[in-house]
Amino acid sequence: MSLFLNGLLRLRRGPWEMLATILIALGVVMLMQPFAMVLFTYSFIVTLVGTVRFIIVSHFPE
Amino acid sequence: MSDPLAHRVASATPPQLAHRIRGLSDRTIAWLFVAPTIFLLLAINIFPLIWTIRLSLTNFRTNKPNAEVEFVGLENYRKILTDEDTWIALQSTAHFLIWTIVLQVLIGFTLAYLINKKFRGNDLWTTLIVLPMMLSPAVVGTFWTFLYQPQIGLFNYFIAFLTGADPASFSMIGDVPLAPWAIVIVDTWMWTPFVMLICLAGLRSIPSSIYEAAECDRASKWRQFWTITIPMALPFLMLAVLFRGIENFKMFDLVVQLTGGGPGSTTLLTSIDLKREAFEKWRTGYASAYAVILFVTVFGLASIYVKALNKVKDR
Repeated sequence: MSLFLNGLLRLRRGPWEMLATILIALGVVMLMQPFAMVLFTYSFIVTLVGTVRFIIVSHFPE
Repeated sequence: MSDPLAHRVASATPPQLAHRIRGLSDRTIAWLFVAPTIFLLLAINIFPLIWTIRLSLTNFRTNKPNAEVEFVGLENYRKILTDEDTWIALQSTAHFLIWTIVLQVLIGFTLAYLINKKFRGNDLWTTLIVLPMMLSPAVVGTFWTFLYQPQIGLFNYFIAFLTGADPASFSMIGDVPLAPWAIVIVDTWMWTPFVMLICLAGLRSIPSSIYEAAECDRASKWRQFWTITIPMALPFLMLAVLFRGIENFKMFDLVVQLTGGGPGSTTLLTSIDLKREAFEKWRTGYASAYAVILFVTVFGLASIYVKALNKVKDR
């Protein structure tokens, strides 16, 4: 856990990519789930933030 | 200069032009070769994408080209993301996507595993299994509507034979609970051979020496399957899932031919919904916003998937 937080603070690709991946996956699940309309409404912004973040952090050093 | 043609071309080049060409660096020549591809990429992919994003922020309608186009900001996005019909279309797409991928991977891998064993008529079976993939989706959609007919359809008779039910008592493409499964069955029938071929390539790429070493170590067949076959075929399996996932996310022709999105909107997938918004209701701005939402979703998914694929390959 401390390794993960350390990586985040030092702007390392691994942990930041993992965060972006979680955001994208969460956004897609929110978009297609059949339970709550409010989740569907906010799904696009979550996916968009995750995708943009993924593109940016893939240029961070390993 | 030994080649007479090259010599003739060189001597026919005007001296000024020849001097200019001789002055080009390797880097410039490389750019000259790559430039047409970059230009095509910009013209065919990037420009339409930017144009779509621009349209998604307006109320533009293609059937009213002379009407004043108003900038509406994020209004189209707000409408889509609070629309219950769009939500249901996305749920139908998710159902279709998940079940087709699960079934195609399971059946495709099993078939590949069996075909990979050497037996008599191996090639003939491979050819027969691959046949559905070679048919046009429109043809497949049309003949499956006949197979699904409650009165004369062979599919209904087959199910009736297995379950004892009356063949006319259910309609695969007419009943609301069955229609989503009808499109899953047809897509699985058509595209499982594709997954099988990719898995077969993966299985055939595993060196037999690894299995021989495992035999020497007295590893059971079950153990060999889970520790050699699956990990080594995994990149191929993931590639098949990626291809089928992207393809099924934009599934259109087969479903339109089979159910037309019905009954009601039970099998209305996002691509069909999008087409209706864009080319039947002519809400171009709204449809553009819809397309941008789907694009971001597929792009995001593909990004993490490619990352996972590279990780598996590097292992």
